[in-house]
Parts: sequence; C-alpha cells; structure tokens
Amino acid sequence: MVGIVSYGGYIPRRRLNRMAIMQEMGWYIPALMMVANGERSMCNWDEDSLTMAVASARDCISGFDKSTIDGLFLATTTPSFSDRQNAGIVSAALNLRDDIATADVTSSLKSATTALIAALESLKGGDRRTVLVAAADHRKTRSASFYEMWFGDGAASLLLGRENVIAEYKGSYSLSVDFVDHYRGQGKAFDYTWEERWIRDEGYAKIIPQSINGLLKKYGLGIKDVSKVVYPCFISREHKGIAKKIGASKEQVIDNMHEVTGETGAAHPLVLLVSVLEQAKPGDRIVVASFGQGSDALLFEVTGNIARLSARKGIKGSLENRKEETSYAKFLKFNELIEAETGIRAEAATQTALTSLWRNRRMILGLVGGKCKKCGTVQYPKTDVCVNPKCNAFHAQEDCEFSGREAKVMSFTGDYLAVSVEPPAIYGMVQFDGGGRTLLDFTDCDLEGIQIGQAMQLSFRKKYYDKERGFAGYFWKAIPK
Amino acid sequence: MSTGIKDKVAIIGMGCTKFGERWDAGAENLMVEAFEEAVADAGIEKNQIQAAWLADCFDEIHLGKSALPLSLTLRLPNIPATRVENFCASGTEAFRGAVYSVASGAYDIALALGVEKLKDIGYGGLPNSGSNSGSLNWLWMPNMTAPGAFAQLATAYAAKYKYSIDDLKRVLAHVSVKSHANGALNPKAHLRTPITEDQAISSPMVAHPLGLYDCCGVSDGAAAAIVTTPEIAKKLGKKDLVTVKALQIALSNGEEIQYNEWDGTYFVSTTKASTAAYREAGIKDPRKEISMMELHDCFSITELITYEDLHISQRGGAPKDVLDGFFDLRGGGIPAQVDGGLKCFGHPIGASGLRMLYEMYLQLHGKADQRQLKDPKLGLTHNLGGFPFMNVVSIAIVGKEGV
Repeated sequence: MVGIVSYGGYIPRRRLNRMAIMQEMGWYIPALMMVANGERSMCNWDEDSLTMAVASARDCISGFDKSTIDGLFLATTTPSFSDRQNAGIVSAALNLRDDIATADVTSSLKSATTALIAALESLKGGDRRTVLVAAADHRKTRSASFYEMWFGDGAASLLLGRENVIAEYKGSYSLSVDFVDHYRGQGKAFDYTWEERWIRDEGYAKIIPQSINGLLKKYGLGIKDVSKVVYPCFISREHKGIAKKIGASKEQVIDNMHEVTGETGAAHPLVLLVSVLEQAKPGDRIVVASFGQGSDALLFEVTGNIARLSARKGIKGSLENRKEETSYAKFLKFNELIEAETGIRAEAATQTALTSLWRNRRMILGLVGGKCKKCGTVQYPKTDVCVNPKCNAFHAQEDCEFSGREAKVMSFTGDYLAVSVEPPAIYGMVQFDGGGRTLLDFTDCDLEGIQIGQAMQLSFRKKYYDKERGFAGYFWKAIPK
Repeated sequence: MSTGIKDKVAIIGMGCTKFGERWDAGAENLMVEAFEEAVADAGIEKNQIQAAWLADCFDEIHLGKSALPLSLTLRLPNIPATRVENFCASGTEAFRGAVYSVASGAYDIALALGVEKLKDIGYGGLPNSGSNSGSLNWLWMPNMTAPGAFAQLATAYAAKYKYSIDDLKRVLAHVSVKSHANGALNPKAHLRTPITEDQAISSPMVAHPLGLYDCCGVSDGAAAAIVTTPEIAKKLGKKDLVTVKALQIALSNGEEIQYNEWDGTYFVSTTKASTAAYREAGIKDPRKEISMMELHDCFSITELITYEDLHISQRGGAPKDVLDGFFDLRGGGIPAQVDGGLKCFGHPIGASGLRMLYEMYLQLHGKADQRQLKDPKLGLTHNLGGFPFMNVVSIAIVGKEGV
C-alpha cells in the first residue's frame, strides 16, 4: 500500500486583518471592500517559502525516523534561489541524509500536486522507503490589489510511504493546459493577471470540474462515493459554484480558507488536504485538486492508522497560534513594498563565504552541535576541542542535533540600536535542556513577553539577505514555546 | 620562577588629547597631540625612544593596518614599532608591550600610544562590521550590538538577585550620575554636563533595560605613555616615581557561551585577572588598599558587575555599595571613574586603556586639579573587550614607588 504516512502544516502566526488594508487603501480602490472580510496570513519579515516549508516539514516528520526519508520534493512558485536547489536547503535544515534524491517543483500553482503524484508513483516501484513533499508559497502582491486581499502565506507537508499509511493513494488524473490566468515573468516581482471574470468562467469553473470528474470517471466513482473534496479558488462565490458543478454537497466541500489565511499559492491544495486529514475518519475518500495551467486531482482513502498518528500542530494548530496584525504599514515593510530608512548602519558588508558555509553546513543549516565521546558534554557548536574544562579532549565529538531541543532563556535584550526590520531586535542566550547553550536571535515574540527561564523552541529563519548578490542566509532562531 | 612586573618599570611621561567629536582631527592628528604632551612631560627627545607600540581596534575606518601609521606620523627614527589589537584591551596591551620591553632590558625607553577615530563612520555607536566580523560569525551570531550584548547582564543580574528592572535601573542611574559628576570636573572629557538620576532613568531606551545614560559616549581620542626602568628614570632626574605594580590579561575560552555553568551575571575573565593582578602587586585586601579606579564602564551594568569581579564588592553586593556612595569621588570608599570614565570620555577603543592610566598618573602626581584625591597610593585600571560571554580583560595597577 502506498500513501500518506504523516502530515504537517504551517501558517505564519501573524494574520493581517483585511480591514487594515481597506482602511489605508479604500480611498484608492473602494471595491476592495468586497473582499475585505476576515484576515490573511502574513510571513514575519524573517520568513519565506523555504522557512515555512521547513516548519511544516518538521511538524510532519515529528515522531518519525527521518533516516528512512529517501527523497524530498519542494513545491513553490517563490523559491529563494533560481539556481541553488531550494529543496537541498530544506533537506539540510531537516538534517536529512546526504544520499537522498531532492528536487524543486516550481513555476506553477499546481506544482505541489504534481510533486505529490511524482513522489507517490515513485514509491510504487523501486526501493524508496519514504518521500517527503513540502509545499509553501509567499507571493508578493502590489499594494491595494485584490490579490493582496486574496493571497496568504503558508505551507504544508506530507510524508509518503508504504508502511503505516494513514491515507491510501488510489490514483490521480492530470490536465495540463497552457491556460494563463496569470504569469510571473522572469525577474518580475509580481504576477500579471488577466480579468478575473474570465479566470473564473473559463478557468476555475471549467478546469477544476474537468479534472475532478476525470479522476472520478477514471476510477469508476461518482461524487457521492467521495467524503470530502478539496480544491483552491480564491473567488469564494465561485468556490461554492464549483461544488455545484461537480454535484458535491456543502458538507463534502472544504472551505477555501479565505477568512482565515487567504490562498497560499502552490501550497494551498496541500494546506486544504491537511486540514481535511485532521478531521478524517477511516474509510473516508478524499479528492484533492489543484489549479494552475491545468489541474491535478488525486484520490485518497483514509485507513485505520489515522487514529494512531501522534498529535501534531498541522493547519489547525497553526491557525490557533495567531497574532492579529492591524498595521498595514508593517505588512508593506515586511514585504519590502515600502522603502523605509535604515540608516548608514545598515550598509555593512553582507557577503557570504560559500567555502565557510559548506564546511559548516551542518552547524548552520542543520543546527548540529557536538557530543564529546570522552566526557559526554553536549555542546554547540561542535568544535575540535571539548568545552568542558575538565575534559578539553581533542577531536572527540560526534554530531548532536539541537533543532528539536527545548531551551530556556538565560539572558535577553531588546536592542533598538541594531539594524532590524521590526525593532527592537530581540536576542539572548539560551540553555538547552540536556546541555549546551548558545546565543540566538529571538523571533515571533514581543519584548514584554520574554522572561528569564522562559521555555523556547527553535525555528529555521532567514537571518540576512544580501541584496547586492541576491543571497538569502538562513539560520535558527528561538521562539517562545 | 616568575617574579611579575612590580616596580620594574616607571612611567615618566604621559599625554592625552581632549576626547570628543573631534571633527577637526584625524587619527594622525590625535596621535601627534597625545605624543607631544607625553614627550614634553617626560622631558626627553623623541629620538631617545627605542621602541613603540600602537593600539587601535577599528583600523579599517581610520589608520589602516600595521604600526606604520605611528612610525610615519611621528617620523620615528626607524625604530621597532608594533601594532596591537585586542578589542577594548588594546590600549593596555600596547602599554604592556612597552612595559615588558623595558623590563626585559631589551630597550631603555619605550612608547605606548593608543588612538581611535570613531567619528568618521557616519552614524552613532560603534561600526557595524556585518560579514567582516568573521566569515563564520556572520553565519550564526545574532544581530547584536554592544549595548544589546551587555544589556543581557542586566536582565540576568536582576533575575538572579531578585531586583525588579526598575530598582536595578535606579542603581545603574547612580553609577552614571557619579561618572557625569566627575566628568564635569575634567576639561579633557567629552561629556561635561552633570545629570540627575531621573534623567538617567527616563532616557531613551537603547537596549532593554539600558537607556542612553547607561551607555558610554562615542568619541575620538588618543593617549600615550613613555616608560623606562626606575633606575633610568632617576638618572633622568625623575622624582616621586609612578611605577607599574601589575599587568594582567585574561581571555574567555568559550565556557561562558558554550558550557553549562556560567550564569550570565559576572565576567569570568575579570575575576581571574583581578586575582592575578592583586597577587602580582602584593595586594591582600583590594577594598582597603586600592585608592582609586578607572573601570571599563562601557555600560553602567558593566561597571556595577565589575565591582564584584574585582573582589571589592560581595557577589550581589555592588548595588548596596553604589547606593552607599562607596565609589563616589568624595564618598570615602574607592572613587571609581575619577576622570569621568568611558561614560564621559567616550570610548575610542585603542586609546581608552592609556587614558585611564593617564588619570591615575595625574592623581599620583597630585596634578588632577578639582578631581584630586587625597594622597592616593595605588590606582587600578580595567578594560573589558568583546562581550560578557566572550571577552578580553586587562587590568593594570600602578602606584607610587615603594608602596
């Protein structure tokens, strides 16, 4: 049996109240009011598709033996690098084995379902044990565009395998047509979009039903044989319209999450699928379809194993970890849609020595420290000489992973002098449970909420961005547990 | 068996520029200004100097690398000159080089000169090095500034000794008020305006919980010392010699930032360097024997904690000593930051250690004008470079010969 073994989700904690956009930009585009309900998820300034993919993947593989992961697909239309495999960075952050296959699947909103099909089909034959599919998107939109209202940021991951399957893969159906509702040209920051009425009538309303019906027909099923159907469509009314067209009842269709996150791009079909899996019962048949230059539709059947999957944050847990953002200016600044003064202090050199990054890749991307084989002292980073003054053994440390460890705040500050997108820059020293300590930037927190002794966990984040060379540097930060 | 440096070297001349935002002067001009005073004070000819040490830290924003700028600027007669850099201990390191060179008998007279021109950066505070801070550091060290690094001492100290941040800030305010009062009496200080505790407490936040008045100034300046042996000093006609009693340096080895014992409320290296310095100087009870101190008050919290690391205040007891006025100029205890400290002089890195010695030298010769203490015998200077969790500490003790 091949199918989904585990799932994970990640929605950034910040949710921009859409009325904040309306209040600032309604004078300019009054029609924004039509879609100003609810809130959209927004990346913190140090988050992007890669960091969200890592967060959802960590959630997904928690409790699993990651040494069995033989492959990793990353699906996104907003990769950090055009040529440096983004999936490779995710793999390094997860500290997966080096001898696995990794790939970016990109350039279309259906890339996550395409990756899913490829991963599942690869498990049918061959010797791969499990394959991880992570999908994330953080799409930039012009201020006061409808898409700014419609879009959200988020990620979802699925671990696929042949054992302990919680949802069996029954098959798929794909449509690939060059329907260009929008495109993002080479080197462009924003999508170029055609008229929404056309996208709705000729795109969503036709392609998704064609794909879902194609799937059902291929496997000899009717819509009544399916428990839940998930598909994206940011035009909420049309999302309901599609249900009618395929003959699905209200109960069978999962809401498009406009009110709580907005559409999370390539990740959205998986975000919706994870939220269905979170409530699924054995025997449920689930259809998931995507939309983007065609559509992929996949059929899953939930097994009894689902009850045995340990609790995880998923989409539900991510949605509960919520901080309302009412400052539209903050959203603009986080997404570099306004150019705020940073001062000469911000002009410091930002070059990355790739030689150093390679030598220290496990330390930096994987947060791997050392454990001394002589005295047992756990320490970060791993060095040639043990830090224990009673030991100081040379060349005696083995790898020791820190990213999953809990830590306590030993000292901290909120620094208004440091260059920061959102001052103050909060950082401090943390002591890991089980030994080891280090200094870390703190994120997803407010200075008022930090105390000595507070429990923290680790999060993979963007540390810096070298604008001159287009290089995003990643490292780990501490967030309140 | 080593015998230490006590009384093997005398300071025969010192110079110190006016510290401040010296828009009028480059590092070269500052070096000349400090040197002219020192050489005149020593009463020697420039060509009698046989070796020289230069201290600066952020060379990339003023002099550039090597000791060449010293040799070129002062037109030294092709003598050996060495540039040293050890963060904020750089000035004391230059002094140490010069002192050891004459103590060894290698040279008769040597020069130590420290300088830093910070106000050519274009913004406040110390330079932001970015990826020039070390290729590996850049990849993982937090987005940190000096105030933020030291502010963490305050949050950890308050938690350990159960102070509210407000109560601790009042103690820290007293530290800064005292230094400003001293600096107001010093024509060479950068900041010469007395402040009140309320002003200090309500000043704008720089790095929680440190406000503007918890932070030292940022200035340009230079200071210089000319040293020789006591025998040669006497041959030169010098009387009432000021001699070196102890010179100690201690560096972190990574335990604070990596091992599991340090609690973030003290400086490991200062506790060790001070113990070694007292031993070298023959001091048994520093609280009774030290006459005055110039401590590295880059931030008020650094000074507070240093009182404890110097074994002068008990652990957790520095706040009481501070509020009792033990470190005030006329408080009857050990006056600290007699010249106004880094707080009022600012901290041109390479110059600071020598600037501190300059005040000790003036005091020991009875030349400190309005700040003059009654019959001081031993003065201690202290520099702390780097961060609370990873640092270089230097301690110098100087005093009257025979004490």
